[in-house]
Amino acid sequence: MEKFDVIVVGGGPAGLSAAISAAKAGMKTVVIERGDYPGTKNVMGGVLYTAATNEVVPEFWKEAPLERPVIEQRYAFLSKDEIFSASYRDPAWGVEGQYNAHTVLRVKFDRWLADQAVKAGVMIITETVVEDLLYHGDDVVGVRTGRAEGDLGAKVVIIAEGANNFLAVKAGLAKPLRPDSMAVVVKEIIELPAEKIEDRFCLEPHEGATIELFGDSTDGMMGTAFIYTNKNSISIGVGSIIGAMAKKGWSPNDLLENLKAKPYVKRLIQGGEIKEYLAHMIPEGGYNGMPKLYRQGVLVVGDTAMFVNGLNREGSNLAMISGKIAGQVAAEAIKSGDVSAQGMSVYETRLRDSFIIKDLYKFRKLWPFIEDNPHLLEQYPEIVNQAARMYFTADGTPKAQVFKNIMDMVFKKRTKSGVVKDMYKAWRALK
Amino acid sequence: MKLDDKLYLVRFNTDKLNHIKIKNGDVCLKCQDKVCTFICPAHVYDWDEEENRISVGYVGCLECGTCRVACPHGNIQWEYPRGGFGVSWKNG
Repeated sequence: MEKFDVIVVGGGPAGLSAAISAAKAGMKTVVIERGDYPGTKNVMGGVLYTAATNEVVPEFWKEAPLERPVIEQRYAFLSKDEIFSASYRDPAWGVEGQYNAHTVLRVKFDRWLADQAVKAGVMIITETVVEDLLYHGDDVVGVRTGRAEGDLGAKVVIIAEGANNFLAVKAGLAKPLRPDSMAVVVKEIIELPAEKIEDRFCLEPHEGATIELFGDSTDGMMGTAFIYTNKNSISIGVGSIIGAMAKKGWSPNDLLENLKAKPYVKRLIQGGEIKEYLAHMIPEGGYNGMPKLYRQGVLVVGDTAMFVNGLNREGSNLAMISGKIAGQVAAEAIKSGDVSAQGMSVYETRLRDSFIIKDLYKFRKLWPFIEDNPHLLEQYPEIVNQAARMYFTADGTPKAQVFKNIMDMVFKKRTKSGVVKDMYKAWRALK
Repeated sequence: MKLDDKLYLVRFNTDKLNHIKIKNGDVCLKCQDKVCTFICPAHVYDWDEEENRISVGYVGCLECGTCRVACPHGNIQWEYPRGGFGVSWKNG
């Protein structure tokens, strides 16, 4: 049986970041990936954060296959054909040295990241599914793969298997996934000439924009839709909690078609050619859904660890930083000869000191709050749109009356005490 | 574009082995909502009226894993296809 210091299961951003940091610390490291090469099984909406990626591969933007730097982020609230939106734009975000995030296509990007891992000394085994961990007594000593004579030995196994947490469950670290803590997302890549994208989104060449849509985009279900600009295509998708979709009887593809038919959205993608249709799950369990993050000889990173901040649509950065920390902790533990649960626990301590668990903790009450109050995403986008409509309508109504009418409308749709209660509960959930 | 046409755009290395199994067909008979038949983004699951069972078109599976999580009876045994098989994204 071939032996390694560190085996990483899964070649996504979390796993590859873990492998890079372990290899840089001198560990004999292998990544086991089930696809043809890292990337071919991987999907995300498409936003890659600069600071986190820079920590794994300094100045990655000079070489990495990126789409467009994001210079504008828009939040939109859909209600039938109406839309109310707010956005922030700064062209400086499109200037080297001041990047905040880029859109990416994961097949290209992950493959490139895997090349960086190889340069750092990581070995990558592809087309191989890891079926279980290998044990010696209670100690994890490697992995069992689907190949003949496919056992591989390791001092530390880093589980970066993604949203489907088969191994983490088998290892007793995670619970089986639940429909109320997982979202299903479908996405299309729609090809459009660069000039069309730039005209429609008011961008200079090589600038990009993102839009997140709430409300009718998910038929009021917990979730969001997104539209991201790539170089020559648009990534458009929608995702919602599986339990909510099951209850309402929605098919993911129908939800996406519903979004694409909205007047505002339709115009953005018009004339484009669909190049690919994709599906993926996103872990939305948050802080309370996190599995146990370590045990003797094992660390859990990225999506498998539920490291997703859905509110801020952050995931790839949590994946990469958790991977980087895991690779470092694995190397330190191996060097000190202590891969016991005690030795591995440093990983959780460092995550708790980082933005990863701090952010998940901060928003721990937010998901239950939105889940328990489905009217928020059902009623407020409509209220906001109606209020805007009344405010902007010039029909001779004196403005003092307009303001009164708006308040009457709000309190008719959601009673005065209801609004106060919602605001108080929202404040409590974010406190 | 219809879902079937969208699925034509997806690249697959189809495995001879089926990676999806319905654990117990009797459970589906009593299942009211048959969530799998609509929640799967690739419409892999269909209710076969003649044979009174769920038919599984595993070849078109996009490997998201939603079916396994969504089935209220935990009646879908969904695993990854063997290494190198299944969906192979072009863009991601």
